[in-house]
Amino acid sequence: MMTNPVRKITQGQFSFLPELTDAEIALQIQYGLDRGYAWSIEYTDDPHPRNTFWEMFGMPMFDLKDAAGVLAEVNSCRQTFPQHYIRLVAFDATRGIESIGMSFIVNRPAKEPGFGLIRQELHGRTMRYTVHSYASGRPEGERGGN
Amino acid sequence: MSTVTEARNDGPTAIKDTKRRYKAGVIKYRQMGYWDPDYVPKPTDTVCLFRITPQDGVDPIEAAAAVAGESSTATWTVVWTDRLTACDNYRAKAFKVEPVPNNPGQVFAWIAYDIILFEEGSIANMTASLIGNVFGFKPLKALRLEDIQIPVAYVKTFAGPPTGLIVERERLDKFGRPLLGATTKPKLGLSGRNYGRVIYEGLKGGLDFMKDDENINSQPFMHWRDRFLYVMDAVNKASAATGEVKGSYLNVTAGTMEGMYERAEFARELGSVVVMIDLVVGWTAIQSMSHWARRNDMILHMHRAGHGTYTRQKTHGISFRVIAKWLRLAGVDHLHAGTAVGKLEGDPATVQGYYNVCRDAFTRQDLPRGIFFDQDWCDIRKVMPVASGGIHAGQMHQLLDLFGDDVVLQFGGGTIGHPGGIQAGAVANRVALEAMVKARNEGKDIRAEGEEILRRAARFCSPLQQALDTWGEITFNYTSTDTSDFTPTLAVAH
Repeated sequence: MMTNPVRKITQGQFSFLPELTDAEIALQIQYGLDRGYAWSIEYTDDPHPRNTFWEMFGMPMFDLKDAAGVLAEVNSCRQTFPQHYIRLVAFDATRGIESIGMSFIVNRPAKEPGFGLIRQELHGRTMRYTVHSYASGRPEGERGGN
Repeated sequence: MSTVTEARNDGPTAIKDTKRRYKAGVIKYRQMGYWDPDYVPKPTDTVCLFRITPQDGVDPIEAAAAVAGESSTATWTVVWTDRLTACDNYRAKAFKVEPVPNNPGQVFAWIAYDIILFEEGSIANMTASLIGNVFGFKPLKALRLEDIQIPVAYVKTFAGPPTGLIVERERLDKFGRPLLGATTKPKLGLSGRNYGRVIYEGLKGGLDFMKDDENINSQPFMHWRDRFLYVMDAVNKASAATGEVKGSYLNVTAGTMEGMYERAEFARELGSVVVMIDLVVGWTAIQSMSHWARRNDMILHMHRAGHGTYTRQKTHGISFRVIAKWLRLAGVDHLHAGTAVGKLEGDPATVQGYYNVCRDAFTRQDLPRGIFFDQDWCDIRKVMPVASGGIHAGQMHQLLDLFGDDVVLQFGGGTIGHPGGIQAGAVANRVALEAMVKARNEGKDIRAEGEEILRRAARFCSPLQQALDTWGEITFNYTSTDTSDFTPTLAVAH
């Protein structure tokens, strides 16, 4: 179990708050839509802090302007991957931004195994650090629900 | 000084007859060609706005011409060697003078500089002209560079921020909310081991960044290598404990450039995502470190140590908005730009002006925020402003409302001084931040409902309740000295 104050991975915009309800998620989706963002759903069983490329649950929904529709996709992803991390990601295509405008987690596995820190002692007192994901010790597809 | 008051009077504007113009002796600056009310700045000119307080009896137009002259090519007397050059190109031209509203005795002067005056990609060269000898010029009681418009052609000679706030967010995997930081306290005296403890607790508790203070370099109580080693152990341990990318601004400021490079290389070797320098290292060192950061995928944090000596007083010095523009060109990723609600100088509108200079793709003239010129930034990357100094969780709604998402909010005392400990302080700040962002996105009026939003969040977060109980009433509600001349300025009401 993770030992940080909220006992879970704290990536995304709202990890320190109680899990958002579907109604609350819909309000966040609407905020992004009002700003012209395109929503996308991504999932993973390896939430290493530098694992940038979670799997895409379909394409970014560039033409979906309806919060309920985006939320339905979230729930479809939850049904398919109930023990994965799932995040909602909003893309902002404005010139000079062309990056992510919002990102927050909407599904977590029942238990979050977290990470270990591997230290490799080098010359002098120099240290090389590796953050090791406990979940990734198992093969793909066998990491959930543990 | 006789140049201005006792020069022979041959008329109000430039003397066109070259024989008269170059006769040995002293003539007025306006007669030398530094005043031209008909001049229309070229798209490649740099335009400066100065606030001039002439000595008693000195004509404002002559004072403006003198500023143009002394910040470009003039000397106090006529020199025949001017005639060996295309001298009119090298003369800056004052082309407009207006009284400062509500400030008798002061004028605003607009002065244009040809692009040939400035070496490409060198803030040191530009500043040597614009804020060089002229600031000690005796016929002026005081002089302030209020704003500057830098032409696209010159902007494009700079590489700008090595990372920029967009790429910084991608590297850190943090989007849609302000970043959170804290400066390690006490500033001085902690050993490397004790110092690393503070870093670990703050980051594990929920902050994104911890920070060395400006005067932490390599003193007897903590040498820099010890600090870097313990800090990076704390950073990596906190990253593993939270699953987030974490950082701590390692201050690499040193007595020599070689020393700074050595420290920066070690920070990189240990895997730090960010290094930090102080403004006092100077323009050339800043640009060198910017190039280093670009080569080494490093975020470059700028602490504006020392700026208050020349930015704060409204009559003399340089506005911070000009410093911010130069720093964006010189290439820093983070810049302390004020809090408006904290312990340090800055009225809210003026501070917002600095933020806009850091973050805009194109800055529009905005007199209530102190911005006199449009500025095209030509897609140069954006600087992440940092709000630091006497702010706390109870002000979260004001901070988010004033500055939006693209800012690092740094709560030093407001984290480390928490009655429940450093982790609890970090939790309080992170919960307050996330609750406020969520509420704003849900359409709530956070200015009006902010305190209630915080109180509700504190019901599920006792560290936030403790923070509000401890600091909820603390404000630094003093009138600012550096305010816009074009709007009534109000202190932030609590």
